[in-house]
Amino acid sequence: MSRKGTTTPVPALRGRRRVRWGANAALAVVGAAFLLPLLWLVFASLDAEAGHGTRVPRQPSLENFGAVLTPELLFLPLWNSFLLASGTAVVNLLAAVLAAYPLSRHPSRFNKPFMYSVLFGTSLPVTAIMVPVYGLFVQLNFLDSVPATIFFMATTTLPMAIWMTKNFMDSVPLEVEEAAWVDGASAMAALRTVVLPLMRQGLGVVFIFVFIQAWGNFFVPFILLLSPSKQPAAVSIFSFFGQHGAIAYGELAAFSILYSLPVLLLYTLMSRGSGNAFAMSGAMKG
Amino acid sequence: MLFLDRGPSPEEPRSREVRRPTVPRGSALRRRLRLLPVLPSVLLLALFLLAPVAWSFYASFTDVALSGKAAREPSWIGLDNYGRMINEEGFPLALWLTVVFVGASAIIGQNLLGLALALLMQRGNRALSRVVGTAVVAAWVLPEIVAAFAAYAYFSRDGTLNQILGTAGLEGADWLYSYPMAAVVLANIWRGTAFSMLVYRAALAEVPADIMEAALMDGAGGLQRLFFITLPMIRNSIASNLMLITLQTLAVFTLIWVMTAGGPAGASSTLPVLAYQEAFKFGDIGYGTAIASVLILVGMVFGIVYVRLLREAKR
Repeated sequence: MSRKGTTTPVPALRGRRRVRWGANAALAVVGAAFLLPLLWLVFASLDAEAGHGTRVPRQPSLENFGAVLTPELLFLPLWNSFLLASGTAVVNLLAAVLAAYPLSRHPSRFNKPFMYSVLFGTSLPVTAIMVPVYGLFVQLNFLDSVPATIFFMATTTLPMAIWMTKNFMDSVPLEVEEAAWVDGASAMAALRTVVLPLMRQGLGVVFIFVFIQAWGNFFVPFILLLSPSKQPAAVSIFSFFGQHGAIAYGELAAFSILYSLPVLLLYTLMSRGSGNAFAMSGAMKG
Repeated sequence: MLFLDRGPSPEEPRSREVRRPTVPRGSALRRRLRLLPVLPSVLLLALFLLAPVAWSFYASFTDVALSGKAAREPSWIGLDNYGRMINEEGFPLALWLTVVFVGASAIIGQNLLGLALALLMQRGNRALSRVVGTAVVAAWVLPEIVAAFAAYAYFSRDGTLNQILGTAGLEGADWLYSYPMAAVVLANIWRGTAFSMLVYRAALAEVPADIMEAALMDGAGGLQRLFFITLPMIRNSIASNLMLITLQTLAVFTLIWVMTAGGPAGASSTLPVLAYQEAFKFGDIGYGTAIASVLILVGMVFGIVYVRLLREAKR
């Protein structure tokens, strides 16, 4: 047994090692291909004479960052992005929590068809409805209105937010809530004091998920917001650098990096936090 | 639609029907009232999603324009806009380019590369997998306009791609001008593969290890295990992923708009780009909504298939 046992695994082991090597090499190649376009952003942002090509800056400097750090070029558009994204996320969260509560807690004939319609809603191509939405906004006199744009953007992510929120709420055990009911709390009070605190990590995930999408959205504000003073960074960066014939690539890259940092940070935060939320809901199930 | 790997998701609709509590059932009216909190969502969806879709179908039968008389009093022109689609060459070309774009960049590119990455990460070095995973996800988390600028620089005449080809002694090309579809397809693979990768990583993690070991004992080779065990076991994820990336790719506008603006001469103008151009560049909202309506219908077909798929998977 022992002799046989030592001879047979050897080829298998060698095969496995070869597979591992091949896998690593392939991963490295794909990883490099994905990193290259991003590398340009970093190098160009530090290079005052940047062009299309990727090269290590001869004299790395923060000149580009200095050039874009002005109120009208950077701060106002970023503030507008923040208003749009946080407004969208708040509207989403409020509407989704309210909708998810009866859907999760009170079984009715209405629930299933509604959830499937919501799911169907997630699949509408949003860019396809932008032409009709523009028409609608003209008719309702909503064009160039930040609140109306927020409500529209919130609606485009609402189906997904409802779906996620309901799933998170389903994993909050009913027993805790029943105790609150026995103590005479109303449904809404139980929701506020018992259910929401227990699913706060899930709510955080939904909030960040919506925020990232709204922050990065270009097409919707591009169509619906006309005044430069209301436009978010995605639109201002496009009109500024698109219209200035000879593009200042270094500044474009520096602006892009400053504009991208918040969502990169939020994503990192969420991929850590939601790991815990997932673990938490798993623990409760068991 | 992001972050399918974490937390609950439509992948596994966890509709553990909540046990009816000890609270009295109440009258029919009270039961109706309980649904009241759903109202804000219903109103938002009706006003901002349903109404535009309905208006799109209506306006596609009119000559409503961006400005001028036809903007104030559009008139009913029946199927004229749809007739124009068939007769003008812009629409058939855009339809074909959309099929190419979705097929090549989503169904083939993102899907297969995402699956390959997920499989490789199971076998490869853990630290390396992590770095590669971060790079792939970074391209996807970036705001779309930033990703589009980076892709534009990468494919431009003196951009990174031609630099690499140059060092290998190969002659580059003006990709955005001469091969605009290839450039936007590759850019969209770069931008969107993360989604498929995350879906497949989550799905592969669910495949029980003992089944794999049993197959290994029975002498199944690597490819056999992949095709006869792994892929059949994650087929629901594959189907959902294909539906979702198809829908996402159908709607791509910004990437193409920044890289080529649909050009040159419409050579990379997919349906969303064409709808935008007809409506806002040429001011013909009626024709623009007709194109949008076709896109919405295509989206609806995929949406219905997707919902059915999830329902089947739940049974």
